[in-house]
Amino acid sequence: MIEWIKAALLEVQEYLRLVAQTTRALFTRPYYYRDIVEQFMAIGMGSLTVVLLTGTFTGMVLALQSGITLDMFGARSMVGRLVSASMVKELGPVLTALMVTGRVGSGIAAELGSMMVTDQISALRALGSDPIRKLVLPRVLAGIIMVPVLTVIADAIGMVGAWIIAATQLKIAGSVFWNSVVLGLFIQDVWMGLIKPFFFGFVIVTIACHVGLRTTGGTQGVGRATTNAVVAGSVAVLAVDFLVTKLLFVLMY
Amino acid sequence: MGLFRNRGSAVATRSPELEEALGPGSPIVVFDKVSLAFDDKVILDEVSFTLITGHTKIFLGASGAGKSTILKLILGLLKPDAGIIWVNGEQVDTFTEDQMMAVRADLGMVFQEGALFDSLTVRENVGYKLWEEMKQPLDQVNTRVEEVLGFIGLTDFIDRMPSELSGGQRRRVAIARAMAAKPRILLYDEPTTGLDPITAVTVDEEIIKLRDFENISSIVVTHQLRDAFYVSDNAAVRLPAGTIDFVPADEEKRSQAEFLMLNKGKVHFEGTSDELKSSKDPYLRAFLS
Repeated sequence: MIEWIKAALLEVQEYLRLVAQTTRALFTRPYYYRDIVEQFMAIGMGSLTVVLLTGTFTGMVLALQSGITLDMFGARSMVGRLVSASMVKELGPVLTALMVTGRVGSGIAAELGSMMVTDQISALRALGSDPIRKLVLPRVLAGIIMVPVLTVIADAIGMVGAWIIAATQLKIAGSVFWNSVVLGLFIQDVWMGLIKPFFFGFVIVTIACHVGLRTTGGTQGVGRATTNAVVAGSVAVLAVDFLVTKLLFVLMY
Repeated sequence: MGLFRNRGSAVATRSPELEEALGPGSPIVVFDKVSLAFDDKVILDEVSFTLITGHTKIFLGASGAGKSTILKLILGLLKPDAGIIWVNGEQVDTFTEDQMMAVRADLGMVFQEGALFDSLTVRENVGYKLWEEMKQPLDQVNTRVEEVLGFIGLTDFIDRMPSELSGGQRRRVAIARAMAAKPRILLYDEPTTGLDPITAVTVDEEIIKLRDFENISSIVVTHQLRDAFYVSDNAAVRLPAGTIDFVPADEEKRSQAEFLMLNKGKVHFEGTSDELKSSKDPYLRAFLS
């Protein structure tokens, strides 16, 4: 048990060290601009399809489920209100983050893990490149910026999906639906939906980089690192969601 | 520049006098009673040696004897628990990662299996340091990449990916990558392990060529005795026709290649090829047999 606690504390210490090194790399030269652009493309554009599909189907199923329930109270026209509030505040950010964890977190852990076990990280250092600046910082920046962008896209496409169901299945007029969407949103909700993804992007990528850079044990180790990155990233997203939501409730509402 | 500063600035610019002092015949790598342990396992126990500029040091020893660890200590990838390490005029054992970057500018390393970047072509691998770290113009980088690939005879493979190369070709590209930035010291970590004897000789010959034509100081870690003796006992000569031939090394050249045998983290033997071959030490005899 003591060994387990020691190992867990060591992991936390190493994670915090990586975060500190990344923060330092953000404010000191050199920067690898080409890698930063590449990671924005890989994390942002690369995740677009999965986020579009997730957002669309989430919005559609939300409209379908809530439509049936609200109909029991004669409040079918309120579907837009429920969908917008749920998507913007909670489902959009969290589902986008979980999708990015599955796609990007696993990819980063596998890529960095493979580089670790084949000595490519050591080779990078031997050639004068700092792996934190060259590999971690571009990914962290891309995660912090692109997860919020993807979240906004998921929110928007989710509401379009809900509108399709509202129009075709629930027979709600478009003007009624969109008016209800706007009425369901408060400025604090929008801020909450925009602030949380920054934290999600940060934890997903830093955890994946940390796990990848601590990979040992050959190809088996790479497989283990990939699984750990997805599991730890997903749990961290849900935990951070709770903590940031609680904090924002205190600060904004 | 306030908040934004260049890294590596902690290493001061050298005076011409110091540069001269670090010239031929001077020590370029010094280990003084260096010790390292991982938890209870002692890896190196008060290891001391000196590599002279232009010379070759060949590390022999069983697996786990601490040979590769020495290379990682020189590169600053690991830090010793005790002892002093001098590399190219700098005491590196207390250097930070940023300070080590400046020292690594004069070091090249050939890793086990090559450690080529598998997402980059041979051209990009070899030119990586020049383009990415030294910020040389692209045409200058291409010229140097073609020059070093010509030196190791792999010009035709310049646009291949590492996955399209054989094991021997990957090692030779790794050597090209390590030498591209014209380092003063080259470190070879098991450069011929896993290669067939004929391919291993081509790698050995690249090591000899770099030593004899480029005057690069080298440390070779291996447990392939045949390759170790090939490197120490042969010399490269350029024939009038411009081709390169490998001939038995003269006495002076042989004395410049020293063997160092590690056993259980300690230096068990240090001497020339002839001294190693004639040793009566039971451990050495067992290793050589």
